[in-house]
Amino acid sequence: MNATPNLNDLKPNTHAHGADVVLSGAEVLLRVLVDQGVDVIFGYPGGAVLPIYDALFRQNAVRHILVRHEQAAVHAAEAYARSTGKVGVVLVTSGPGATNAVTGLVDALMDSIPVVCFTGQVGVPLIGTDAFQEADTTGITRQATKHNYLVKNPADLARVAHEAFHIARSGRPGPVVVDLPKNISVGPAPYVPASRAPHPSYRPQSEPEREAVVRAVAAMKRARRPLFYTGGGVINAGPQACEALGRLLRKTGFPCTSTLMGLGCYPTTDRQFLGMLGMHGTYEANLATHGCDVLVALGARFDDRVTGRLDAFSPGSFKIHADIEPSQINKIVQVDVPIVGDAGRVIEMMLEEWDRQDGASDPAALAQWWQQIEAWRGIRSLHFDQDMTPSAIIRPQHAVRRLYELAMETGRDTFVSTEVGQHQMWAAQHFQFDRPNRWLTSGGLGTMGYGLPAAVGAQIAHPDALVIDIAGEASTLMNIQELGTIAQYRLPVKIFILNNQYMGMVRQWQELLHGSRYSESYSAALPDFIRLAESFHAKGMRATCVGELDDVIRAMLAEPGAVVADICVAQDENCYPMIPSGAAHNQMLLGPEQEGEVKVSAEGRMLV
Amino acid sequence: MTMQDETIVSAVISILVENESGVLARVIGLFSGRGYNIESLTVAPVEQSRHQSRINIVTSGTPQVIEQIKAQVGRLVPVYRVANLTQVGPHVAREMALVKVVSSGEARTEALRIAEAFRARAVDTTATSFVFELTGATEKLDSFIDLMRPLGLAEVSRTGVAAIIRGPRTI
Repeated sequence: MNATPNLNDLKPNTHAHGADVVLSGAEVLLRVLVDQGVDVIFGYPGGAVLPIYDALFRQNAVRHILVRHEQAAVHAAEAYARSTGKVGVVLVTSGPGATNAVTGLVDALMDSIPVVCFTGQVGVPLIGTDAFQEADTTGITRQATKHNYLVKNPADLARVAHEAFHIARSGRPGPVVVDLPKNISVGPAPYVPASRAPHPSYRPQSEPEREAVVRAVAAMKRARRPLFYTGGGVINAGPQACEALGRLLRKTGFPCTSTLMGLGCYPTTDRQFLGMLGMHGTYEANLATHGCDVLVALGARFDDRVTGRLDAFSPGSFKIHADIEPSQINKIVQVDVPIVGDAGRVIEMMLEEWDRQDGASDPAALAQWWQQIEAWRGIRSLHFDQDMTPSAIIRPQHAVRRLYELAMETGRDTFVSTEVGQHQMWAAQHFQFDRPNRWLTSGGLGTMGYGLPAAVGAQIAHPDALVIDIAGEASTLMNIQELGTIAQYRLPVKIFILNNQYMGMVRQWQELLHGSRYSESYSAALPDFIRLAESFHAKGMRATCVGELDDVIRAMLAEPGAVVADICVAQDENCYPMIPSGAAHNQMLLGPEQEGEVKVSAEGRMLV
Repeated sequence: MTMQDETIVSAVISILVENESGVLARVIGLFSGRGYNIESLTVAPVEQSRHQSRINIVTSGTPQVIEQIKAQVGRLVPVYRVANLTQVGPHVAREMALVKVVSSGEARTEALRIAEAFRARAVDTTATSFVFELTGATEKLDSFIDLMRPLGLAEVSRTGVAAIIRGPRTI
């Protein structure tokens, strides 16, 4: 151990010469990262991970991005993963480092994002003694992860670290925590390459059963009012799966709707796409879901924001559900044809079966169904009226629309992250995504403060791309410290704040359900976002009226560095269309003129 | 659409797991986190050489919930196999109880008589007390304990159910 090897000399598979070389646990860990193809990790140092940070210092293969809070490290890793298809990697210290990461871990768990999070831990002899910065990390994260490990034996370190990557990325992806006691990273540990043997107990099924797909396609061929309902699982299945979905849609001629997490798996500007479904989905998507006779759910999980009132969800339709995770099937909605498998493989097999089976869906019936859908589309449920007088107040939908149009004019590859709330829904409704992996949002957990660190992760992964965080002023303050990370790495992230001085979605629900008693939802004592940006070495901009909006957006897009754009929007704007909690898809509210008709049941109130 | 069956049924779930630290907490945490019932639970190593333990859980819920329990448990990384024995078919489900009865005179004699009828063994005897050991189906243990109640029942310790499929099949 007297001669500490330089990691740069320890390229993978040079074991022939290195057989006698003794590595420290920290060095073994870094070598696993290199073997796993990791080139960047997000983290924050501390006592229990000092040996790992020391090993990081002495190598160049893995780049470390220093965040300003551990929650942000996980969100950045999530966005890195979501935008590249690779596993996002996090390194944090014990105790508060690990507990701060928990929100990000649950976020990744809910949205099926592959993340491996290495947490420091006090040395094995100190575990259980209430040592300084000790927390029961594996206990705390057991329900916050897909799986977690505490490495107590140096001989297990390399195997466990490799296995963590395998579990994070395979099957239904998710976060995995590896808790590393300090003596394990300091002491010697053997390196072993990733095992090729199948895991003894963990065997996810990605290949669908042909018989189930045969039955599904037979039902699709009989369909008169079919609908594809696609989710984040299609995006997780990779760009090839999204491309295959495109072929399946062209071949069948069926309409397609998508969940929030699925946006971009099929071009949202295409005629066959009906927009997002669910609580703030389009009229045509929700009415089609309600009225279809065959519903084909691909990589989606019937979330309560999608289904609305369950007993009225797509009544009477024949339901096909493909998901890689057997527990998602029949969890919320009983289906007629369950298919367990990777969405990409299911789609490929559906394409084969569509060609193999005789007949096609009744073209007259399909044409009639499209006619009905076009009539619904004619309602223009996302329509809003923007007063174009230069001094007029900016409506948030208009701001997002113009942001989209002007971003497209640049011709740049564009990634959009969001925080959580009204602005997130307006972004989902009015920004268009013609390619997968470019829409980064917190769906399942609904984590305010996700968007800014997510933009960091996306910009690190795609240094030349245009990365925009469409934010609300309340959400973005939850992780505003990441402006420091943005400054340190000179990330040209654009933070586009739809500032209505309210926690808008909270305010909207208070208006609809609680007699407009805006309890604690006003954003009092806001910072001056321009000066805030400047103090973090970024450019600050502001638009207060329609006449200023385009100029600010153009200036923001033209700026080579980071920008915080404070877009002052109408304070009382509500997000429409909407399905009130506890209502059915065919009971949508299209706009404020229908607000008086809101009759949310006591049961619905509970569902908020 | 299939209508959902709302009747509550009881089920014995047997789970073969990797015998590693925290595995029981994973299973129990899943039950409490998702609001599933645990009526009884047993766990012990069954395959020392392969580091496997078996967990038996008696639970109840609608058929849909029982199916979810099986699927959710199956997601856990250290789980090899999970089976709903109630659904698989005929199975043997047994538990053991140690029952302490403190009494004298007529009640003491009566307790001993009932114990014989139930084929319970007195594994500890003093002038004023018995500890009976009794093995059998949960209902049999329940009725034995009920009968002991007026005869000086002082304390009960039960193992929870261990279960296995009848015939040559395994989980």
